[in-house]
Amino acid sequence: MTRRIIILGGGVAGTMVANRLAKSMEDEIYSGALEVTLIGDTDRHIYQPGFLFMAFNEGFLEQFTREEKYLLHPKINFVADGAVNIDVEGKKIITPKQSFAYDFLVIATGSYPDMDSVPGLAAGGHTFYTPEGAERLRYEMLNFQGGTIMVTIDVPHKCPVAPLEFIFMADDYYRDIGIRDKVRLKYTYPIGRVHSLEPVAKWAVKEFEKRGIEYEVFFNLEAVDPEKKIAYNMDGSEHPYDLLVAVPPHRGARVVRDAGLGDEDGFIPTDRYTLKMEGRDDVYVIGDATNLPVSKAGSTAHYEADVVVKNLISELKGLPPSHRYNGKAFCFIETGMNEATYITFNYKQPPRPVPPSEMLHWFKLSYNEMYWLSARGIL
Amino acid sequence: MSEINITKTIDARGSYCPGPLMELVKAIKRGQVGDVYELLSGDSGSAKDVPEWVNKMGHELVYCKEDEGFWRIAVRKTK
Repeated sequence: MTRRIIILGGGVAGTMVANRLAKSMEDEIYSGALEVTLIGDTDRHIYQPGFLFMAFNEGFLEQFTREEKYLLHPKINFVADGAVNIDVEGKKIITPKQSFAYDFLVIATGSYPDMDSVPGLAAGGHTFYTPEGAERLRYEMLNFQGGTIMVTIDVPHKCPVAPLEFIFMADDYYRDIGIRDKVRLKYTYPIGRVHSLEPVAKWAVKEFEKRGIEYEVFFNLEAVDPEKKIAYNMDGSEHPYDLLVAVPPHRGARVVRDAGLGDEDGFIPTDRYTLKMEGRDDVYVIGDATNLPVSKAGSTAHYEADVVVKNLISELKGLPPSHRYNGKAFCFIETGMNEATYITFNYKQPPRPVPPSEMLHWFKLSYNEMYWLSARGIL
Repeated sequence: MSEINITKTIDARGSYCPGPLMELVKAIKRGQVGDVYELLSGDSGSAKDVPEWVNKMGHELVYCKEDEGFWRIAVRKTK
């Protein structure tokens, strides 16, 4: 009898799991013993870290986009209809056109930035966390003649180092075009330091002081007045701006919320070590879709994919799923237009940034291309 | 002491990024006035930075105590 695996979501996590599984179990797939289906909601695959570069006119969406079907192993069934329901009781996924039964399900439905979560933000703010947002922000950044650029950050959000990269790149960008003296850069952060990771925060503060970037901690955006161009903090204070660049809170996918599987933000309660959905032995959750207290980032999805694929293979072969996710993440941090650093950490080991260098910047730019090998399950 | 009704416990042990306080901020922003959130954190820094945040934002610290190898911190949303 054919065993059926469905992977729901065609982003970094879903694509990696599907490809690695298909490569590892090619014989079973070719013999008809195993069927791997990936259900996405679009036929395109976008490398999301590219949005940051787009905001500074360093690349366009096309260069960060591929057709999903060309990334996938040829024996993976690819469905781009999007799911409208996840029926974990009946063990099936419903799309607008079909119903797909599964033996094991991997939910990799990701997250999205919700600009409607703060009153006035959608009208008064910009974001580089969506392709459309990055393109609109590029226009504003290129035409900005001077004034205050303010960065606000909400929780939870993807890629917790991207806002830092943005402010450092903005500093470099306006220095390069010769109007840095007319641009006031103001960075804010929700907690008592400028980044959740203490070593990163210490390093960033030194950089802020060296570069003349203002910063304010304990900043939790509660409302925006788009007419007066004022951002309001939870403590009641008012902050005028000329260009507001927001990292809004992220939410889980609509289908997860509609199916009643997520928490109040649409993230699925997940075991932090096994990556199984709580209470479901036949459902794995991976990437941004989980409620785990780890970074929502491509690298997290990458390391989680290793665990999920190994455990799926074990279970398909009748073995216990013995592999455990240890919370590992790895992040490049662009510290300007020409240098970068990186951090790596897990549930037990805190991160320690290394000194920034031009070489690491080139490594990051190289990874922007190498990513496609990761998505294919090669790297 | 009257009994405290915990609305939700947030287990942020092992969280470096985004970190325990971020998990609490998320819950408070989502919650209703009067809700009490209990944060479990393995980071001793939470015992300092959570009360600071609570004080700055005008919420109420219900307790902040050390358990076996981690901290239990409860906060009531007041506005």
